[in-house]
Amino acid sequence: MSPEMLLVWPIALPMITAVLTLVLRRSPVGDTVSLVGAVALLAAGITLLMHVLEFGPISAQMGSWAAPFGITLFADILSAAMVVIAGIVAVAVVVYSRQDVSEGERAVGFHALSHALLVGVCGAFLTGDIFNLYVWFEVMLIASFGLLVIGGRRDQMDAAVKYVGLNLIATLAFLAGVGILYGAAGTLNMADLHLTLADRQNETAVLAAAAMLLFAFGAKAAMFPVFAWLPASYHTPAFATSALFAALLTKVGVYALLRVFTVVFDGSGAFLQPILLVGAVLTMVVGVLGAAAQNDVRRILSFHIISQIGYMVLGLALFTPLAIIGAIFYLFHHIIVKANLFFVAGVIRWKAGSEELDKIGGLLKASPLLAILFLIPALSLAGVPPLSGFWAKFIIVQASLEARDWWVAVAALAVGLITLFSMTKIWLAAFWKEHPDAEPAAMPVAPRSMIWPIATLAVMTVIIGIAAGPLYTTAEEAAVTLLDPLAYVEVVLGPEAVAEARASEAAELQLAEVAQ
Amino acid sequence: MELVLAGLVGFLVACGAYLMMSGQLIRFLFGLVLLSNAANLAIFAAGRLTYATPPFVVSGQIAPAAGAANALPQALILTAIVIGFGLLAFALALAFRAWQSLGTTEMDAMRACEPVDFAAGKTKEKTLDPSKSYERNRLEAAE
Repeated sequence: MSPEMLLVWPIALPMITAVLTLVLRRSPVGDTVSLVGAVALLAAGITLLMHVLEFGPISAQMGSWAAPFGITLFADILSAAMVVIAGIVAVAVVVYSRQDVSEGERAVGFHALSHALLVGVCGAFLTGDIFNLYVWFEVMLIASFGLLVIGGRRDQMDAAVKYVGLNLIATLAFLAGVGILYGAAGTLNMADLHLTLADRQNETAVLAAAAMLLFAFGAKAAMFPVFAWLPASYHTPAFATSALFAALLTKVGVYALLRVFTVVFDGSGAFLQPILLVGAVLTMVVGVLGAAAQNDVRRILSFHIISQIGYMVLGLALFTPLAIIGAIFYLFHHIIVKANLFFVAGVIRWKAGSEELDKIGGLLKASPLLAILFLIPALSLAGVPPLSGFWAKFIIVQASLEARDWWVAVAALAVGLITLFSMTKIWLAAFWKEHPDAEPAAMPVAPRSMIWPIATLAVMTVIIGIAAGPLYTTAEEAAVTLLDPLAYVEVVLGPEAVAEARASEAAELQLAEVAQ
Repeated sequence: MELVLAGLVGFLVACGAYLMMSGQLIRFLFGLVLLSNAANLAIFAAGRLTYATPPFVVSGQIAPAAGAANALPQALILTAIVIGFGLLAFALALAFRAWQSLGTTEMDAMRACEPVDFAAGKTKEKTLDPSKSYERNRLEAAE
């Protein structure tokens, strides 16, 4: 298979699956097709990652229109690894949905919408064109709208109104930002944008476009102060949907920030860096404080997504190689852990009958296994060694200490502590204390299709924690490519374009020397 | 011409923002329509405006004449209009459905997903019955 096709499969496979599951949405075969599609996506992602690890980043021009005129697809280690993790989450969600998602929701197309969402997510990870990125965001968005409302309950309608309204504002900011960027640079190909804007980073039009895109991606990633849509909506749909959203949607925003603010804009510039830094710290702090005030399992977890996003953006804001490694490592770890916690919330609901902390309890007696399966991701989220979250936080804090941003390091550590407090709160209420009215022995047994995904993801969390080395190396290699945009340009536009850029740079240096 | 368009974009954004902050769901959606048009106009203006020079390639040439209209922003706008149309149709249907099940389009009164008393620590949410309308629940809660 030609390497170009490797880039197309992660987008084409979920698209095909979405169509098939839409046709088969009322048939029991649909569930199997959906599972096969998710496994195929995972396989395509792994193949792509193996190729990229072996031969380096690859790109493909759709319809053979040469870059920068056509649409470019591009994969380096970061995007390929993101596709793999999206595949893992897809498989877990599809298995989990077997019992969690109702007949009715499946009959109106739960599987089709989930795979349509994956099309958008994988497209966003793999595109090398900023307008194309906008289109993938829209695909993802419209699919998530559908997933949010198919339950048809009152609170879901209310949540969807807020989710749709606030996300559409972000989308329009994205569109306007792309327009301004095109006006300033005359191109939309990210590699070409890097060359065009290399020495124009401080122009007003470029900074205006950067600010618009920062707002748009920040809102998608649920950064402070534009996160209100997330805690309003993530606790209302089916648990499988919640887990899918929690794992992937905000992370696409973070990925877009990482990509665009290294390749197109200079994230370490005097204008952008303070905004990113302060935004990241406020996101961490406000998210964790919001979580401390909640009394509902999924709402606590939703606020923790916001807080964790802060750590990832902090990695980008510090903009040292170590910090970027930390951000990427955090991204990998967080997707696994967060999806898992939402899965656990579903089992808590299944067994104890509610998500409100004062209406549940007794789960330690009812199911010690579930207690362990909750503790692994929960402690990992809080950053307790030796689980994966410890290394993620460790790298970020280490990077902020090296950058001599003491207050940032203090904030990061304090937020970790309050996270532990929230997790303890769920532990005490759901597992330790007695259930207000149900006997532990009488609680329904959770179906295996809900336990298996949780167990698998928990094992992954432990493995990442104990053998963090290989993942760290992968994150390091990904960070190296991310911090070397000319390598990106070389893959997309060919070595001539880079040689030209280097030559003109050298000529400018000579001119400057002569002038002196 | 660019100045006129820039002014128009600013005016549309101002109107859109005003409508969106009014606290009424339907006005919010109208505000979104204005914002969406403002974004499209901004792209149009960003592609440089030329008067009456269509981007046709004269036979025998390989590129349109210098100063011809830029076709790319128009393609972008077309894509954005199509996407915006779909999203808006969804948003309108959602607003209607939300009005049916919540009984209101006042943003301040739409608290089904985040009940006010619940947020303050009092679990008044217990009294809310999802099978009944918002008004019905509110009346019962007040009793």
